[in-house]
Amino acid sequence: MAGPKYPGFDTLALHAGQSPDPATGSRAVPIYQTTSYVFRDTEHAASLFNMERAGHVYSRISNPTVAVLEERVAALEGGVGAIATASGQAALHLAIATLMDAGSHIVASGSLYGGSHNLLAYTLKRFGIETTFVSPRDPENFRRAIKPNTRLLFGETLGNPGLDVLDVPTIAGIAHAAKVPLLVDATFTTPYLMQPFKLGADLLYHSATKFLGGHGIAIGGVLVDSGRFDWDASGKFATLTEAYAGFHNMDFAEESGTRAFLLRARREGLRDFGACMAPMTAFQILQGVETLHLRMPRHVESTREVVHFLAAHSAVAKVIYPELADHPDHALCQKLLPKGAGAVLSFEIKGGRPAGKAFIESLRIFSHLANVGDAKSLVIHPASTTHYRMSDDDLRNAGITAGTVRLSIGLEEAQDLLDDLDRALKVSQK
Amino acid sequence: MKIGQAFAYTANHEIDPAKRTLVFLHGAGLDHSWFGLQSRYFGYHGYNVLALDLPGHGKSAGPALTTVPAMTDWMMGVLDKAQVQKASLVGHSMGTLISLDCAARYPQRVERIVLIGTAYPMKVGEAYLDAAKRDSYDAFDIGTIFGHAPRVPLGGNPNPGMWMYGDTQARLERLAPGVLHADLKACNDYTLAGEVKCPTLFILGRRDMLTPPRAAKPLQDKIAGAKTVLIDYSGHSLMAEAPDATLDALIEFLR
Repeated sequence: MAGPKYPGFDTLALHAGQSPDPATGSRAVPIYQTTSYVFRDTEHAASLFNMERAGHVYSRISNPTVAVLEERVAALEGGVGAIATASGQAALHLAIATLMDAGSHIVASGSLYGGSHNLLAYTLKRFGIETTFVSPRDPENFRRAIKPNTRLLFGETLGNPGLDVLDVPTIAGIAHAAKVPLLVDATFTTPYLMQPFKLGADLLYHSATKFLGGHGIAIGGVLVDSGRFDWDASGKFATLTEAYAGFHNMDFAEESGTRAFLLRARREGLRDFGACMAPMTAFQILQGVETLHLRMPRHVESTREVVHFLAAHSAVAKVIYPELADHPDHALCQKLLPKGAGAVLSFEIKGGRPAGKAFIESLRIFSHLANVGDAKSLVIHPASTTHYRMSDDDLRNAGITAGTVRLSIGLEEAQDLLDDLDRALKVSQK
Repeated sequence: MKIGQAFAYTANHEIDPAKRTLVFLHGAGLDHSWFGLQSRYFGYHGYNVLALDLPGHGKSAGPALTTVPAMTDWMMGVLDKAQVQKASLVGHSMGTLISLDCAARYPQRVERIVLIGTAYPMKVGEAYLDAAKRDSYDAFDIGTIFGHAPRVPLGGNPNPGMWMYGDTQARLERLAPGVLHADLKACNDYTLAGEVKCPTLFILGRRDMLTPPRAAKPLQDKIAGAKTVLIDYSGHSLMAEAPDATLDALIEFLR
């Protein structure tokens, strides 16, 4: 028996999830722009509805084009499967709604995307789910905040915008000791830079809008399950281990220990909340995934050039990037992100808010908008945009000041980016 | 449901003495859910279904059994407790050996047998056995990669959104140390004692790398009147790789 070999990351990025279309021979993933699927007969229809046969019924629940993206991202992450959603936010909501009911509690990193912070701090609170935010810099903060009704630990692999590196192995250990899973938002790292399941995370999601798509043309999310968390042994997840009247009294963990979470998320979450991904969106994001392994090294390489340029610039007070020796998570970054700390960085411009305003408005190549992970370079002022609803204390905890500028480095010629930054920085200091 | 210490998936139905009973027997290192779609179908189509977790697998506690006859006897104990006098047995891989063994030793208790992904003798490669003995992840890699058709990592999964390799790895990672080795050694050491005379169906995958169709030939020759369904594109994990074709073959044979 020859030694077994898995396909490499680059091969999976191009092929996983799709064989050439048997009906037409189409090599590219066909866009199945259909809402529904003809049943062979009434018996076949009933079997599909009752999960006795594999296949598609209605595109809110599953769609062949979307399924290719789901399987491909699951393959790249080493999960058992995935569910693509209307956005990264929908993926986060789907994960939480699948795991817990009113009266539950989440411990989350305080360094989160503003939208995620809103969902946890305000919106879910209305539905009886409370969140305690902690500084991710000391993993023990997560342990200290755990209560008897805690059902989830949550953080971003790279925090936003302070770029805190989440100590996934340690926090996963804390989660598992408390018999709850660790969910991570892996948007900034992508499976190319970090595979959180290998570090102990149980669930992850991406805003596929960002680096997975890479082109800034489609909003989407992907929620992936490692299949490793033992819901039965935990005893804390009635949604997965007790009969569900909404689906023939199905006990999802009894149907499959490894698939229980995704079964419920698809059969209840997509069915009832309905935040599914459109097939055209899945196709567009797949075009990005196919070059992820080529784009990410270039993103990182150019980011490093920008970081070193800014660090030496007289108009810059501070550069925040985990690969820098003065970043608090430098050592952790070297351990968990050996291929690079991503393409997002923050810096403090001298002169505060007025200088920041002048800088952003003087840039020519960088686009001023609320996104990251585009092939084009982007810039934003978090305190007045993505994080504007946060209190001063929360802002401080997230490492944001009035002078913080966030950059997302794209795939342009690096020297052109440096020239653009240099010109705008000079203007900002006049 | 729990039957003594054993777990049996019944597709949410109580056992009805008036119905025919199907027992599903999983392969090495796996559990009842490997038959997820197929067992659920029969449970909702007029059969008693007992998709068992062997000891040390899935939801059944206890140390793994170390021989196929011991697995057979354990299963008979479960059927006795469930007051099932006669059943058809649907086995996959190691489960096919339990089915054969039971059909030969307890012919009065067996109606029909279905052998999915089988070989006889079921010799296990030294490298696989050795890796399992060491509880090395290499054994999971061998089981995962050779347990599916070569196209699987690059092809679409019939179950939307699922990644077959990942699912297999996750299942194997849940095993207690020593369980996979006990299973593989039981397969490797098994010798069929007696004859199988009940109606028998082979469901084989042409792309099976663990139990290729040619390895089932000696067994096919031994069982008079046995039928065979060869699924062209499937590897060893037929219930996942070819769920509908496997189910259709089962329906046709068991009706």
